[in-house]
Amino acid sequence: MLRPHRRHALWVAFLLHRISGLGLAIFLPVHFLVLGLALEDSETMDRLLLWSDSVLVKLAEFGLVFLLAVHLFGGLRLLALEFLPWSNRQKTFAALALAGSFLLACLFLIRAV
Amino acid sequence: MSVWRGDANAGELQHFQVPQQENQTILDLVTWIQRETEPGLAYRFSCRVGMCGSCAMMINGIPRWACRTHVQKVVQGNQVTIEPLRNMPVIRDLVCDMSEFFAKWKQAEGQFRGGKSRYDAVEQLKPDTPKRRAANAAIECINCGICYSACDVVSWNKSYLGPAALNRAWSLLNDERDQHSLLRLKAVASDAGCHNCHSHQSCTQYCPNELNPTGAIAGLKRMAAVAALRGDI
Repeated sequence: MLRPHRRHALWVAFLLHRISGLGLAIFLPVHFLVLGLALEDSETMDRLLLWSDSVLVKLAEFGLVFLLAVHLFGGLRLLALEFLPWSNRQKTFAALALAGSFLLACLFLIRAV
Repeated sequence: MSVWRGDANAGELQHFQVPQQENQTILDLVTWIQRETEPGLAYRFSCRVGMCGSCAMMINGIPRWACRTHVQKVVQGNQVTIEPLRNMPVIRDLVCDMSEFFAKWKQAEGQFRGGKSRYDAVEQLKPDTPKRRAANAAIECINCGICYSACDVVSWNKSYLGPAALNRAWSLLNDERDQHSLLRLKAVASDAGCHNCHSHQSCTQYCPNELNPTGAIAGLKRMAAVAALRGDI
């Protein structure tokens, strides 16, 4: 539960950016490990690819794409905040980043299933 | 009404029944408690009209000025909880020690340092230049400490100068009469300075004067980046 002074849109945007960053930091080593199997153990790699076709994994990948997109758009939002002249539409930018990420993740899911 | 009572060592919430009236502010209630039931209650106030910045406190977990906060707007189930500001040591009850807050203001070179004396003519300033507009937009800070109390980076990093001091520095860095720009920029670009800000924007969210310290800090980051690229700092 967020403490009362943190219950506003842009603090939640910060939280989402931090969680997505941590999520990706955990995912990336696993991702590279699996890619490395293509060179070292192609049979296990094939089994993993078959397993990744299941619906549950696709749903998890939807979450992953969402995290990736929300971190990308959130990062662009922060760069704009810090390096472009100030705009009072900060909440709108955060909402756009969230909506864009969700859209991208949905497009991935539609193509994947 | 639950009011935090205690000192720097320990404390707890004390509960009071207070009369409910129309057009009542939190400061009215705190004053009622002190005058009618608990004369020992310590709190600060002065102007009562949102000019002096001395009555800020945590109201239901959010830093606000007590004198301009209507009870009707913050009451939750007939209950209000009042605590001293976050991020500052408590002296007693609702009174905080603001020494560090003001020390950081000085550390950020928050003092105007003009280059002219009383014998020079008064400098003419155009009010509509971008720099003057930026200075004016940040200048109305009343040092209430609400932004400092709302800021989580201040909680996480005790040396962080905080939104109020950085906002003041931004105002002076845009003041064409000031002669201390480089020194100030070095002070605000230091380890304790603007680059610590995580852009939570709680300072801007809760500033009672509707100033934009996050925007000021973003401006400082840009200014410091340009100065660093030029080799000035």
